[in-house]
Amino acid sequence: MSPWIIGFVAFILYPMVASLYFSFTHYDLFSNPQWVGLANYKFMFTSDPFFWQAMRNTVWIIVVSVPISVAFAIGSAVVLVRIRRGAGTYRTAFFLPTMVPVVAATLGFVFLLNPSGPVNRILGFLHLPQPLWFNDPTWSKPGLVLLAMWTVGSTMIIFLAALLDVPRQLYEAADIEGAGPWQKFRHITLPMISPVIFFSVLIGVIYGFQYFTEGFIASGGDPNTLGDPQGSLLFYPIWLYEQGFQAFHMGYASAMAWMLFLIILACTIVLIRSSNRWVFYQGGFR
Amino acid sequence: MISVANHSLGIVLGLCFIVPFVFVILTSLMPASQVGSNRLWPHPFAWSNYTGIFKLFDVWLYTWNTVKYAVMSTIGVVVSSVPVAYALSRMRWRGRQVAFVLVLSTLMLPAQVTIVPLYVIFVRLGWIGSLTPLIVPSFFGDAFSIFLLRQFFMTIPEELSDAARVDGAGEWQIMTRVVVPLAKSGIAAVALFQFLFAWNDFFNPLVYAGSNTRSLTFAVAITQLMQSEATHSAVPWNTLMAAAVLFTIPVIIIFFLAQRVFIEGVTLTGVKG
Repeated sequence: MSPWIIGFVAFILYPMVASLYFSFTHYDLFSNPQWVGLANYKFMFTSDPFFWQAMRNTVWIIVVSVPISVAFAIGSAVVLVRIRRGAGTYRTAFFLPTMVPVVAATLGFVFLLNPSGPVNRILGFLHLPQPLWFNDPTWSKPGLVLLAMWTVGSTMIIFLAALLDVPRQLYEAADIEGAGPWQKFRHITLPMISPVIFFSVLIGVIYGFQYFTEGFIASGGDPNTLGDPQGSLLFYPIWLYEQGFQAFHMGYASAMAWMLFLIILACTIVLIRSSNRWVFYQGGFR
Repeated sequence: MISVANHSLGIVLGLCFIVPFVFVILTSLMPASQVGSNRLWPHPFAWSNYTGIFKLFDVWLYTWNTVKYAVMSTIGVVVSSVPVAYALSRMRWRGRQVAFVLVLSTLMLPAQVTIVPLYVIFVRLGWIGSLTPLIVPSFFGDAFSIFLLRQFFMTIPEELSDAARVDGAGEWQIMTRVVVPLAKSGIAAVALFQFLFAWNDFFNPLVYAGSNTRSLTFAVAITQLMQSEATHSAVPWNTLMAAAVLFTIPVIIIFFLAQRVFIEGVTLTGVKG
């Protein structure tokens, strides 16, 4: 136990308190921290040209990719749960993209979605419009949503387990009542797997607020052009990184980090509260 | 009828997941001239792309850095998380619940909150520009692993511990001789998750390497390769894809070797590694 207590204090508790302290200072690593009170926070909301854009980008990616990914994971699991023959092969195929390192996967997608790349050539072949993906501010984030959808494998496995847990009698009773497949899905399946849906959404939101690597690489991996094109990929943690580790505004970066933490906490609490209304627990105590 | 439609949907979905792989691998074997063209099959097979990576950047150095980080941090996490998980699950002491909640709550803390002060500490210690900041903290336990191991340990019947206690064994002996051997798959899952986390990690090596490019891991090095090549000429997609494939192969191999362990680990806590 004791190594962990030391570790917890040294690597988690102390940095938490220290970063809170730093957030009220101007600190550039060379001179000592100068106390400036709420100046950092004020700057964040009023004068920082990129704060709101970064916040918008991060919220966009969460609001769009979390529901789409969860829905896609549920859909894939529903398809997979009925397959008997070769189920293992399918499962491996669906799960394999999750195993690819994020860096490699993002690089792969940057290539696939580059303006003269394979995806656009297929789109051209089908006479569909060919967006410029990561070179176009409107299409750069949707490109990342595609990447997120490609890696739903692990979420899908969890939903697979949840689907297998739904008691068969419920479906049989519904069949006797003459329920159609959509009705069964909406009134039996969805409520019964709602705890897992809640879990996936919550995790997705928490990780979404920390979305860094994919955005970093998709905008070219170049520290000078982070967030390109035109800041459409400037996610909050990337802007934080720029402020803290390129401009060395350590105090401001700490303030941004604490703001992020508070927002995540607030969203988590809201989600948990709302779960009382729409999550159905079969058993166990909440 | 439904099953035919279902199967075809399954095949379509499966293809969606596999096709990007196929494209990337095919591209990694194409000569540079063929990359933008409509020919899908590499002609001729440019195996030299894979050796070409070695000319573009120091593959051995970055791979060695990545391996060092992955192996050392895995050892650190296993060695430190097992005793803590054991104490949280199979020993009774005051404040145990509180401690568990504390462990769990650290999972919610975004990395950004602690990274700035940690960076400052490591600058003062002179560790920036090496792999030490990546490895040392892992020897102090990791919340995710502690949580997972606690769940695993709780599946082992208390009677086994009691029998050992009756025989006069101390807690440490019970842990090492009774519980650990029975929880091997859980410990293996923890080790695998940590190894993969370290292998894939981008943010931490990026920050802690500072300006010392010799201590980068493969993940960060590839990105800088893409950036530096893009400023000199067109991005060499074929070589870059070859590097990406090379980076991914060890992971896929490990995955196939340990498939069952993964599924067990994922469903026990429900979190992606």
